[in-house]
Amino acid sequence: MNLRGIFKQRTSSTVARERLQLILAHERAESGRPDLVITLREEILAVIAKHVAVERDKVKITLDRGEGVSTLGVDIELPLNSSAKFAAEKEKKAA
Amino acid sequence: MAKVLVVTSGKGGVGKTTTTAALGAALAQSGKSVCVVDFDVGLRNLDLVMGAERRVVYDLINVVNGDAKLPQALIKDKRLETLHLLPASQTRDKDALTDEGVARVMEELREKFDWVICDSPAGIERGAQLAMRHADVAVVVTNPEVSSVRDSDRIIGLLDSKTVRAEKGETIDKHLILTRYDPNRADRGDMLKTEDVLEILSIPLLAIIPESQEVLKASNVGCPVTLNNPLCAPARAYADAAKRLNGESVPMTMPTERKSFLDKLFMRRAA
Repeated sequence: MNLRGIFKQRTSSTVARERLQLILAHERAESGRPDLVITLREEILAVIAKHVAVERDKVKITLDRGEGVSTLGVDIELPLNSSAKFAAEKEKKAA
Repeated sequence: MAKVLVVTSGKGGVGKTTTTAALGAALAQSGKSVCVVDFDVGLRNLDLVMGAERRVVYDLINVVNGDAKLPQALIKDKRLETLHLLPASQTRDKDALTDEGVARVMEELREKFDWVICDSPAGIERGAQLAMRHADVAVVVTNPEVSSVRDSDRIIGLLDSKTVRAEKGETIDKHLILTRYDPNRADRGDMLKTEDVLEILSIPLLAIIPESQEVLKASNVGCPVTLNNPLCAPARAYADAAKRLNGESVPMTMPTERKSFLDKLFMRRAA
């Protein structure tokens, strides 16, 4: 890289090219299973629901598609006492 | 009272998505809560123009089908607190959108936001008709070019017949945004003039957006032009349009790029 290259600002077309490369790589990879996030959410919720009562509306899912990896964030609100109540109910059922 | 606005045109590539993003951001900057909704199922692009493509989890079809609740699907803009995006689905086709489902989502959006801006797909088929169906206000985006003006005329006809308001015998507010306008070429007689287009379409003018390199630059970086460079000519024209939509009266001017003294000096030398 020459001196001019170092001081030159990143142009908007460079940004455009990088954004496209990234999002298209993800879209090509995701094309086989469009409902992956929904499947993941259902299965994660099913596991958690075994132990605590969760309100489905209080589940926040975020995704950040990055270079090489995506970050999936699952934010689940666990109300106070929910696990205690849940355990009590479970015992009642068993009895 | 929430307002639903559809950005439509008939013809593709005239600037619907650019206009949706720019007006959405300008209205949000004025303190209103705004949701921009992408109706272009299968070919979503509003997420890319808004710079939110990496963060899309759920889409309009997921909400219509009940796979996700509306708040879970909304993507909050990182620059403007009051601006939100509801993306279109990239993988399904528009037959997945049911009339009742769209009606329910639009009703819910009305409760949450001051402005709901629907980015219509090109064409006059079902997708475009669903996008305009619940609108109170329509912005018809037109280029000063024969095929665009003709297609806009078709779309105006649909707005007067296929919307909920039209079916109830009410009127729908229609506005024209003329994009990619070059006053010099219009003056030389090489481009349809604003008056020509207004006379043919006979709907009121909301804004003239001058042809500008800033529009492409903004979409390159994924930022509405009104945020990316608020002082450039197209951004000022869109900001004025947003004020007019909010009921302010702003004189219609032809925004031009502000040139520095040196620019002018060199322009004169070169000429």
